[in-house]
Amino acid sequence: MKQLMLGNQAVARGLYEAGCRVVSSYPGTPSTEITEQVSLYDEVYAEWAPNEKVAMEVALGASIGGARSFCAMKHVGLNVAADPLFTAAYTGVNAGMVICVADDQGMHSSQNEQDSRHYAVSAKVPMVEPADSQECIDFVKAAYEISEQFDTPVILRTCTRVAHSQSIVETGERTELPLKAYAKDPKKYVMMPANAVGRHVFVEERMQKLAAFAETSGLNRVEMGDRKIGIVTAGICYQYVKEAFPQASVLKLGMVHPMPVRMIQEFAAQVETLYVVEELDPVIENHCKVNGIRVDGGKNLFGLLGELSQRKVAQALGQECPEPVSFGEQVPVRPPVLCPGCPHRGLFYVLSKLKVMVSGDIGCYTLGALPPLGALDTTICMGASISGLHGFNQARGGDSAQKSVAVIGDSTFMHSGITGLIDITYNRGHSTVLVLDNSITGMTGHQQNPTTGLTLKNQPTPQVSIEKICEAAGVKRIRVVDPNELTELEAVLKEELAAEEPSVIITRRPCALLKQVKHNPPFWIDPERCKSCKMCMKIGCPAIHMENGKAVIDDTLCVGCDLCQRMCSFGAIKTSAEVQG
Amino acid sequence: MGQVKSIMIVGVGGQGSLLASKLMGNVLMAQGFDVKVSEVHGMAQRGGSVVTYVKYGEKVYSPVIEMGEADVIVSFEKLEAARWLPYLKQGGKLIVNDQEISPMPVITGAMAYPEGILEKLREKQVDVVALDALSLAHQAGSAKAVNVVLIGVLSSMLDFPDEVWQETIEKTVPAKFLELNRRAFALGRGH
Repeated sequence: MKQLMLGNQAVARGLYEAGCRVVSSYPGTPSTEITEQVSLYDEVYAEWAPNEKVAMEVALGASIGGARSFCAMKHVGLNVAADPLFTAAYTGVNAGMVICVADDQGMHSSQNEQDSRHYAVSAKVPMVEPADSQECIDFVKAAYEISEQFDTPVILRTCTRVAHSQSIVETGERTELPLKAYAKDPKKYVMMPANAVGRHVFVEERMQKLAAFAETSGLNRVEMGDRKIGIVTAGICYQYVKEAFPQASVLKLGMVHPMPVRMIQEFAAQVETLYVVEELDPVIENHCKVNGIRVDGGKNLFGLLGELSQRKVAQALGQECPEPVSFGEQVPVRPPVLCPGCPHRGLFYVLSKLKVMVSGDIGCYTLGALPPLGALDTTICMGASISGLHGFNQARGGDSAQKSVAVIGDSTFMHSGITGLIDITYNRGHSTVLVLDNSITGMTGHQQNPTTGLTLKNQPTPQVSIEKICEAAGVKRIRVVDPNELTELEAVLKEELAAEEPSVIITRRPCALLKQVKHNPPFWIDPERCKSCKMCMKIGCPAIHMENGKAVIDDTLCVGCDLCQRMCSFGAIKTSAEVQG
Repeated sequence: MGQVKSIMIVGVGGQGSLLASKLMGNVLMAQGFDVKVSEVHGMAQRGGSVVTYVKYGEKVYSPVIEMGEADVIVSFEKLEAARWLPYLKQGGKLIVNDQEISPMPVITGAMAYPEGILEKLREKQVDVVALDALSLAHQAGSAKAVNVVLIGVLSSMLDFPDEVWQETIEKTVPAKFLELNRRAFALGRGH
């Protein structure tokens, strides 16, 4: 059946059709919907793992156990899972194993824009890269074939514009595969030095076979057109090239590691000028150059930064593009904001007021860095808030631990915050850690996690207790507060900052966007009572703005959380009941 | 079928552009076009400026729309119309909901919300259609139906039969909101 499908949904469809049985992932934009979508198929076991390393190990275990398996992550997630990746490359697989990594060129929702192709090169595993939703389905299937034929995990690389674009696909039926037999094979699966030495030989031989396969694989194809311009490209860049230069000759690489040599040489010989169009790093370009293939234009024209587009490709090759209509004056930027009713807002207001150093982490609460809250000092990677704070305080000594906190969400704490906390208690630190428990993985669009009591498939499961984990890690001072109770929160923060031992404050209030969170009717500001002091503006709520010198609440945005009411000393902010009464 | 047409749907995260783009994708598929619909999920959705690209024709390659390429821009908010104007073709159509949502730099007082946006847009080489979609949505029964009101306006500029829109709305929106959305669509289409 023909249908319009999101790239991520198409990857999930490909998994279903390919007979995949086990999926384990950690959410990360732009990869999240793959796992959500595949969980809708009863034939596939799918789960959220606490982090990407666990997810990849689950997938590898499932492959060794004889089932086609899969894990998905964003580009930075592959850093976390790099450890199992490099050794899975040695063990190889039993049933096929596919790893999806979704890059985020342009950093729409990421802290860096690393190019994941380097992982395929350094781990010595094949990588395929689809350019639209149909290829997402087809390449997943091809990846399983390669995985089983060559005894290797295969990486499927997507990017934001493939993962989050819908295009038309033709779906097929599921191929139900029997579970493969499992036979104990220490030489293949026990990677102690003596065995690993042998497997490294296998890996290098496998790379040679894969390189030969790349020369004839249908994943790579030539579309000969005008021979004046020849373009070697892959993935989403193929689409930009075809739109900018529909007449040009194109070599589209579906397999981006290992890449063919002879095929590119032959293509290069047939065209007058050869360009390489790729985003981020010159991976294809360097491959050409190392193999003595003349490249007339690559990174010197397209640069190393961000996303390309049909316009950028056309302009870089000297083509005229339409002149944009300009508005003629500066338009205020509209950065993302903490939602109305967000439980993080009160916390960041208090932290900002106390002027403490805030070691931040990855999640919605990263938005607490923006004005007017401006609370965060650092954001690096998952879990770094806690370990980074420990290092900061060890370096500065004195009363540093009395003037600094780490903030980390419930899901991020499960992902990689616990080890940092253990580092603090084990090494006699005094740091104060705030776990912002909003009962969900928020930024990626509401995924369950080990602290929520529900699985990916919404089955009830025991909740992991953040309190008990902290206690077991050796933290004696554990406090739980509602972050909207500003007075109590401030008092607790002062006490715990002063304490000369490690403490954890769990700020607990569910995300305002959760369905089970009941919203109150919107609040209203009495213009007679409003003294224009702008105290209510200090919490940076998008539902409050100034109009004719008075604060006004937008009743289409307000969810009645009452935080602004707590800020007002003049009783100007009223509930609908107060207004009516 | 011919040349590829490009439509951008822009607004503020939370205004319902995902449903609008889903409706468009389904209508265009029903009309037999090749279609690509592209949007960015994740951090940008948290009250930030959001954009959806819809492209259709005989064969669509790139899912993104670049500066000077859009045939139509549907803007759910005035400031966003100004922000994305450079993406419109000379002479392109700009449908603008006459609603102001202050971005954070305006709320904090760091910048002012530009005055007279609609007047300034009308001075450009583009065809501006402005309306109070929020009032029409209220009239239909809910402020949340702004998105479908605006798709209604867009539908009046595209030469597809009414049945196709009606069937697609029925297939795309949840049954309990069907009548609301039908009313919202009709109010936009008749605008």
